[in-house]
Amino acid sequence: MKTNLKLAWRNIWRNRRRTLITVASIFFGVLLSTFMTSMQEGTYSKMIDNVVSFYSGYIQIHQNDYWDNKTIEYTFQPNDSLIQVLQENQEITSYVPRLESFTLMSYENSTKGAALIGIDPTKENQMTNLSRWVEKGQYLKQGDDGILLPVNLAKNLGVNLNDTLVLISQGYHGASAAALFPVKGILKFPSPAMNNLGGYIDIKAAQEFFSVPEKLTSLVLMIDDYSKVNQIKHQLQTELKDRYEIMTWDEMDPVTKNMIEADRSGAYLTKGILYALVGFGIFGTVIMMIAERRKEMGIMIAIGMQKSRLSKILFYETTLIGLIGVIFGFAISLPFIIYLVYHPIPLTGEAAKAYEQFGLEAVMYFSAKWFIFARQVLVIFILTMVVYLYPLFKTYRLKLTEALHS
Amino acid sequence: MNVIEVKDLKKVYNSTEVKVNALNGIDLTIEKGEFTAIVGPSGSGKTTFLNMLGGLDSPTSGDINIGGTEIGKLSSSKLIDFRLQNIGFVFQAYNLIPVLTALENVEFIMQMQGVDKKQRQQRAKDLLIQVGLGDRINSRPSKLSGGQQQRVAVARALASKPTFVLADEPTANLDSKSTENLLSMMEELNKQEKITFIFSTHDQRVVNKAHRVITLEDGKIISDDRKNE
Repeated sequence: MKTNLKLAWRNIWRNRRRTLITVASIFFGVLLSTFMTSMQEGTYSKMIDNVVSFYSGYIQIHQNDYWDNKTIEYTFQPNDSLIQVLQENQEITSYVPRLESFTLMSYENSTKGAALIGIDPTKENQMTNLSRWVEKGQYLKQGDDGILLPVNLAKNLGVNLNDTLVLISQGYHGASAAALFPVKGILKFPSPAMNNLGGYIDIKAAQEFFSVPEKLTSLVLMIDDYSKVNQIKHQLQTELKDRYEIMTWDEMDPVTKNMIEADRSGAYLTKGILYALVGFGIFGTVIMMIAERRKEMGIMIAIGMQKSRLSKILFYETTLIGLIGVIFGFAISLPFIIYLVYHPIPLTGEAAKAYEQFGLEAVMYFSAKWFIFARQVLVIFILTMVVYLYPLFKTYRLKLTEALHS
Repeated sequence: MNVIEVKDLKKVYNSTEVKVNALNGIDLTIEKGEFTAIVGPSGSGKTTFLNMLGGLDSPTSGDINIGGTEIGKLSSSKLIDFRLQNIGFVFQAYNLIPVLTALENVEFIMQMQGVDKKQRQQRAKDLLIQVGLGDRINSRPSKLSGGQQQRVAVARALASKPTFVLADEPTANLDSKSTENLLSMMEELNKQEKITFIFSTHDQRVVNKAHRVITLEDGKIISDDRKNE
């Protein structure tokens, strides 16, 4: 193997300029693709993060059929066995209760329909760090009687801090629900969608408002490893014997999921074209290498080299060219991407507006997850394997006497 | 002892509309230690015959027996291995591996044979000293003259301890001094180590040195002259 590698290494540098041009094409391919994928994954991750950590959690437990109806009639009181299952599951890092329904919020002449979310202020803050988004006023205390409003909703209603809001809704079994809530704080989320969502009150106040003491609409779960979401869901379904509706973040927010999938598909096409160009670059070099060395290959077989060994040398040559390009690509892209992970690019002007229209924060986030880089190695490896079919075919089809006299 | 036995060897090329009988029934025996030149005009079948003897091309009919092995019956892979173990090649255009040094070129054959590293390095050095290139062992072919490259090619051909060495027009690209040096060296190796050499050549200087001269014409042997040493 050592001799084969030595031969391959020296062979690729026989035409230094050509090898460098090929390496450069792979290098730019890797750099562009890594940059693109990192930006995509960073943005997706931020979108999922927005959905998950700001609001939905990775998994939610509801009363059966809650999600299709979303009314206060589908509440449940978590019993000890449910809490035990959640506490014993090592993958679940935390869970919080919520009671959520639709209300009409009024202030002076303005009335708006919005969600009213009853939370446990302490637990919620531990999980979603809700208090960090308080722009004005104060975060809720346990047993508080006030309401936190997101900035856009407050603006639409024309309320300010300490103004009193009238809330009207329908309680459990058709009971009327009406109450006054002073505005305790104004929240400003980085995600524009969240800034319109609804108001937050203490869960006890919400239970009283909707006439469902001790009851919840959802238990919101956070887990350690995002990739295990479905596995944990199935585990819980089995353990809880399908007594509850268990939903993952993407089931609750298919729009985000579909948006990510659609964007990913578009990017695959762009990257496919990029890699096709890189592939043709390598292929061109390999064709020239083989054409130039046909006689030499004939000599090697004539003096006793097996075709299998000759193909191995050609395999090393093709792979080495790919590998050098990938290594250089990584050497430049890795520190660059790591820098961008810690220093995301804020967008301004039209680009920022476009992001905000989609309910996204106007910042370009990047990701340095291992698979972004591993995928490059895999793609370049597959490309070189496909390109390598040509020298492999040529070696085994080589007619010795013709090659020797070429 | 016979090294090569050829019986009724024929080669017909069908690649054009007209069939070409490149070899028309050759019978020949070559003994160990012979220093033989195969001569003849262009198109007489010299190169085709040498390709057959070297197992580089297959005959249309007839047998070639080298050291007891019918090479026509070997599979492609076994034939490559047979060449490695039994036949040394010297080509007209030297055809050394350009990315390897003189030493590595000679060593490479033995590496393919699976000879131990120390042993093959020593033998490669000895052979290069023997062909007068002891001071150029680390030079790549591009840094050597034509005559020096052909000497490395001879050392490479001998490295595998072959049954015989086939040399196809080995002096065609050499000047007269290099030709003289190369021929003297091969003659010396033939005398001292009883290495069998078979040349195809147009060069009268090679013919003059040969102990046996076989003349081909239209794919047939028309004369087979042995000289008294």
